[in-house]
Amino acid sequence: MAETTAERPAPPAGSAVGRRDWRLIVLNWFRELTLVPVIIVLMIAGAIVNPVFFTTSNLINVAQGGADLGMVVVAESLILLTGKFDISLQGTFGLAALLGAWLVAPKLSSGLGTEWSPWVGLLVVLGVGLIVGSFNGFLVIKANFNAFIFTLAMSILLTGLQLGWLGGQTVYNLPEAFIYLGAESWFGVPVAVWVTVATFMVAALFLRYHRIGRAMYAIGGNLEAARAAGIKVDRIRIGVFMVASVLAAVGGLMQAGRVTAVTAGQGSNLIFGVFAAAVIGGISLEGGRGRMIGALTGVILLSLVTNILTLSNISSTWIDAVDGAIILIALGLARLIGTERV
Amino acid sequence: MQGNSTGGPADSRLPGAASGGATAEAVGEAEAVSKTFGETRALIDVSLKVVSGECHGLVGRNGAGKSTLVTLLTGLARPDRGSIRLGGQPAPSLADRGAWLAKVACVYQKSMVVPPLTVAENVFLNRPTNGEHSPFVNWRRMRSRAHDVMLEWGFDVDVDQGAERLTVEQRQIVEIARALSIGARFLILDEPTASLEKAAVERLFERVKRLRDGGVGILYISHHLEEIYEICDRVSVLRDGELVLSGRVEDINQANLVASMIGSAPPRRATEIEAVRKTGKPGERRLEVSHLSVQSRSGSVDDVSLDVRAGECLGLLGLEGSGSSTVADAVVGLIRHAAGTVVVNGKAVPPGKVDAVLHLGVGYVPQDRHARGFAPQLGVGENLTLTILERISRALGLVSFDQRDRNAQEQAKKLQIVARSLDQPVASLSGGNQQKVVVGRALAPDPSVLVVVNPTVGVDVASKEALLDAVGRARDEGMAVLLVSDDFEDLRICTRLLVMVRGRIAGEFDRPPWDRQRLIAAVEGLEPAGMVKDVDG
Repeated sequence: MAETTAERPAPPAGSAVGRRDWRLIVLNWFRELTLVPVIIVLMIAGAIVNPVFFTTSNLINVAQGGADLGMVVVAESLILLTGKFDISLQGTFGLAALLGAWLVAPKLSSGLGTEWSPWVGLLVVLGVGLIVGSFNGFLVIKANFNAFIFTLAMSILLTGLQLGWLGGQTVYNLPEAFIYLGAESWFGVPVAVWVTVATFMVAALFLRYHRIGRAMYAIGGNLEAARAAGIKVDRIRIGVFMVASVLAAVGGLMQAGRVTAVTAGQGSNLIFGVFAAAVIGGISLEGGRGRMIGALTGVILLSLVTNILTLSNISSTWIDAVDGAIILIALGLARLIGTERV
Repeated sequence: MQGNSTGGPADSRLPGAASGGATAEAVGEAEAVSKTFGETRALIDVSLKVVSGECHGLVGRNGAGKSTLVTLLTGLARPDRGSIRLGGQPAPSLADRGAWLAKVACVYQKSMVVPPLTVAENVFLNRPTNGEHSPFVNWRRMRSRAHDVMLEWGFDVDVDQGAERLTVEQRQIVEIARALSIGARFLILDEPTASLEKAAVERLFERVKRLRDGGVGILYISHHLEEIYEICDRVSVLRDGELVLSGRVEDINQANLVASMIGSAPPRRATEIEAVRKTGKPGERRLEVSHLSVQSRSGSVDDVSLDVRAGECLGLLGLEGSGSSTVADAVVGLIRHAAGTVVVNGKAVPPGKVDAVLHLGVGYVPQDRHARGFAPQLGVGENLTLTILERISRALGLVSFDQRDRNAQEQAKKLQIVARSLDQPVASLSGGNQQKVVVGRALAPDPSVLVVVNPTVGVDVASKEALLDAVGRARDEGMAVLLVSDDFEDLRICTRLLVMVRGRIAGEFDRPPWDRQRLIAAVEGLEPAGMVKDVDG
């Protein structure tokens, strides 16, 4: 056992331990903002690639595209912080929006024909998120299923339901209230962007200042230590699964509003970008490390890459490959600059 | 790990290998080996010889160097000085694992059996069964050869059985069979009875005798001295890395054996451990455990009852596997108990619910600080206040950083924690300071009952004092303390002691100061059947 003392000169025993260590705080922020220079480089590259890049409408496009991704990144990051993960968030992202849309859209546009009030539809969307989240949380935490294989199976099931339910058709012609979140703007900025930014802020403040937020870091850092400290670890972890699925459902609603329809493929392959954004943003897959501000820079970076690739002349069949390569480079950079973030 | 006696004259020292069996050949010997880890001298000039047809006992307190000697004898490390000989020949190079396995095998407490495979596969693990150079498995031959080995040595295990369903006893048999089938005639058994029941222990002894009669040389390591007397021919004692006694079992009486294990110079320079003077009358009963039974791999508990009163520190003393730490785990709800009740402050605790138990006013210092003590990436301040998150939060559950810092600073001061700031991650502290954080965390809610398991393992002397002082102060202030430990130095803060052996309470010591000799005898299970009772008349 390595019990050797490797401490730098510290105040002698008996004197009070200082509250803050500014060097540590600055260092943490520096690490958290690792990606900012990368983002700046990307923006310069974008401007060179295509003059359209720096127009207001394009930047708003970037933000709007990042909004629904961002919701799921917040969701996944919360779960990752507590030391688990959930692949089926992408299934919830698609299925919740689809079920809501199906109940409110007219029969002509692939709806059920009940044409329920859009408000009921919104409740259905959130309800699906809540149900899937509780199911996942309960079985992964209480019944001890392996999170990877269980949520992978759930993801396949939810995506399959989404496709099978309507035989692959797209639900469109959605009422205004249902698509408000994704389609409307406040002060020229899409509502979805406001909501996502607000969600990031609330999550960040919650994690920093709420006792459950701090308990989440303790759980992710050392589950057994948190349990032995009297923290209700199971309840918190299941709760996080539930909240995350609801956030993913809201993300799905944003995308439905943006394209004013729900396709059978909504959400497919989304989860890879979600993990990439969270991890290059400094959220540890081991749990207990990372902050929302980092995850946000991850989302911005990924959205910029997608946008710039679309604007460039790269053939569309090559976009995925370039996308993957850039994520790898970002991962390498994040690794170089430091993984020890709290 | 436990710094107990340091140095001291090796009074009854004998050259280890001097008087081996005259006719029998040596299957394994260490010749004047020394080994140093960093600044710790784990073995100093130790010589030991195990001959075929002999069972050689090896005893010593924790940290005496037994495990280091085993790693040298099994080729997992090279001695700094001296040499190892196996079967009369110089030991092979460390890289040649195959050659080592053909000569010597150690059955550890931790099982080395691969659960998803069958018994036969485990016996022939990583060995050709279809001719020397064939990569294919010949199932039929493997099974019949495994069966032959079992038959030859009289082992009763079905070779087609899946290893995951084997009992602890059967796993040991599989490991022994593996070693014998490779051809090893030098077996090291490392605390083989630690997790066996009484009947299984008897059967183990039968097997050991059979092996011995079959010409195998056995090095038998045990904390239970009565076992040494039952089946060993010779015994050697290690203390602080030195061989202090070696000879035929019948020539060494128990008192001498115990005395040579302890040495003449415990840190407090007395055979009696300095202990607290009784502080007034003990207060009301805070913790009551009655007829507790728990099944556990780390030591089962069988019908244990005890109670702890306010202002009292009850020491629960026992070796690893004796069940003493299991009692602590059951009290705080980390494991479910099979039978019995635990009552804290008059309320029965719900089995298996840690958070509920801690809310009843229990503080808990877990046995393994790395596994259960702290969140390594979080700061000192956060870890110290993890147990009082509710108390330091305001409306809506928002944590008051000011209250957090004040509480943390108070604990840090009480325990003399040395850190650059409250934000410093606990992972980067020394072992002693990490342990202080764990104890501080337990004391932070000001619990009425404190359950402490091995609080001073692997910490430096100064931290040890600070930790024990902190717990002692808590007791003086009226806390009821249950201290589970196998380190006698921890006992100086205790007002009463219970000794556990094999899951049961085997003795009670009610009157400090404690007699080290008698304590060791009780802990090692040496006292004859019945309770050791040492109570005020």
